[in-house]
Amino acid sequence: MANPTTVTRGGGSSPAPGHRRKKNAARARAGGLPAWSIPYVLLVPGLLVIAGLLLYPMFQLAVMAFQKVGLAQIRGTRPAEWVGLQNFENVLANDIFWSALRNTVVFAFVAVSLTLIVGTAVGVLLHKLGKKMSLFVVIGCMFAWAVPPVAQGVIWRSLFDAEAGIVNWALDLLPDWLAAPPDGQASWAGTPWLNDVLPLYIALVVCVVWAGFPFIAVSVLAGLKGIPNELYEAARVDGSGPWRTFTKITLPMLKPVFAVLTILSIIWDFKIFSQLYVLMNGPTNREGFNLSMYAVAEAFKPPQKLGTGAAISVVLTIILLIITVVYVRQIVKQEEM
Amino acid sequence: MTPLARRRLGKILLNTAGVLVFLYAVFPVYWMVATGFKENDQIFTTEFVPFPTHFTFDHFSRVLSEGIANNSIWLYMRNSAIVALGTVLIGSAFALLSATAIARFRFKGRSVFLVVLLIVQMLPAEGLLIPLYMMVKRVGLGDHLLGLIVTQVALTLPFGVWMLRTFVAAVPKSLEEAAWIDGAGRMQAFWKVLFPLVAPGLVATSIFSFITAWNDLVFALYLMSGSEGYTMPVALQYFFGQKGVDWGAIMAGSTLMTVPVVIFFLLVQRRMVSGLVAGAVKG
Repeated sequence: MANPTTVTRGGGSSPAPGHRRKKNAARARAGGLPAWSIPYVLLVPGLLVIAGLLLYPMFQLAVMAFQKVGLAQIRGTRPAEWVGLQNFENVLANDIFWSALRNTVVFAFVAVSLTLIVGTAVGVLLHKLGKKMSLFVVIGCMFAWAVPPVAQGVIWRSLFDAEAGIVNWALDLLPDWLAAPPDGQASWAGTPWLNDVLPLYIALVVCVVWAGFPFIAVSVLAGLKGIPNELYEAARVDGSGPWRTFTKITLPMLKPVFAVLTILSIIWDFKIFSQLYVLMNGPTNREGFNLSMYAVAEAFKPPQKLGTGAAISVVLTIILLIITVVYVRQIVKQEEM
Repeated sequence: MTPLARRRLGKILLNTAGVLVFLYAVFPVYWMVATGFKENDQIFTTEFVPFPTHFTFDHFSRVLSEGIANNSIWLYMRNSAIVALGTVLIGSAFALLSATAIARFRFKGRSVFLVVLLIVQMLPAEGLLIPLYMMVKRVGLGDHLLGLIVTQVALTLPFGVWMLRTFVAAVPKSLEEAAWIDGAGRMQAFWKVLFPLVAPGLVATSIFSFITAWNDLVFALYLMSGSEGYTMPVALQYFFGQKGVDWGAIMAGSTLMTVPVVIFFLLVQRRMVSGLVAGAVKG
């Protein structure tokens, strides 16, 4: 790692004179433990949780993906049956898997791009605003960020409601050349948004961008504050315009921040669940599933097929792990671990 | 246009943009709260009703007295609180021990542990749910809030350790050493010196864990089959009946669920950013 020292911190050698050292060495043993073992003892509970409840279940998930696990296995009346690659074959042969994969990837791409654009724009704006105004806007943004995912889904489901939602009301206000009502309708009133896949995902994107931009904005703001003013002074002296200054100084300086924000956003949007669950009213519309929803629906909607659900989850996990490796490399580069 | 006038115009434009962003962020939340206080005739209309002209507490009193799925909403709030607080108590204790080990000691396997921490944070909860569901059922904790707590501890611990370790590292080691020289044992130094100084970090980490557990939908949805065990996010799904949606009630319920989270969140948002973006931002 970044720090090559191997000095044992907080134990071992102490600068105290000889007669004291004996006393300290005795004390360095917490409850009679040798000093080298202390960190390991401290780690035991955390390791138990991580190994027992995260790593082992992941291993189990991989095993279940090659088994048939149904109601009999859940009740423990019959042992799990090995079925080889059958779960994967069934999944890959199913149109729903491919539409779920498409929904997952396209949604993540659109939502991440928009969240980053809106978030960055707001971050730059916050940086330019006065102190009081900036704080006022940040606090407003915190409200959007703090809303629980389920409540986010509820809010946007109501805003996109066919009859009572104000999205249709707002679209009717716009001139027809900008937002013409759907085919054969005199107005937007009564247009359902959450039944078909495309409008459903438009609503999901709107919801996720709204809830996700504040995090990007405050992170970008923190990054902007870290850029030394001399750079901007120098650019101004050299007669660089605002756009050029932004592309030549701001963006390169913020590159590490953007790398982390992009990866985190991709990971989060890839596994979006609660908001979609509320917007589509549970795992109802199969064409509208993303991979998370598809895995859960296969595993828990009767008849339960946990093996198939596990196979889908394995696919999603592999995709996420590839992205995570990039994230970890970024963090390791920046952190003194 | 004089430079002064131009600067003034620029300021006005910037502030206008700021107000618009504020409205964009806050309006949907406001809409949720406002709808909870509107009469039904102002909810079920294609017109835009900016605020309730006849304030009513009807929806709130209805969800608090009648509740949903044969239980009062207090029961679901209580379940959510038990799960969230249980997660905080167990998770924070474990996180503090692990964070101390990482921040205070150099040992074999330390960097491996750090990388594992980062990776497991990113695992999809919906994927973990499938094997954990089997495990919880096998040990007889299905339908038990404790089973739910255990899963939430697992989900929140990695980020909790990650966040806390910076707080532990920020406490100068010389303080603890001074305590030893003064004759305090290692444990005493930990409790008397390190613990009080790490307390703010512990609060921030606890709030993060609380919010995560409080917001969880998917685990509560499938680990709890009886309605006595529902948490708020699951109970809210029950408002979406077959006969159309009771928006007044669901917005009242959502507001009750959201308020504690927003209050807590405002307290710790800065730490969340620094925890997630790590060294990329010197915030």
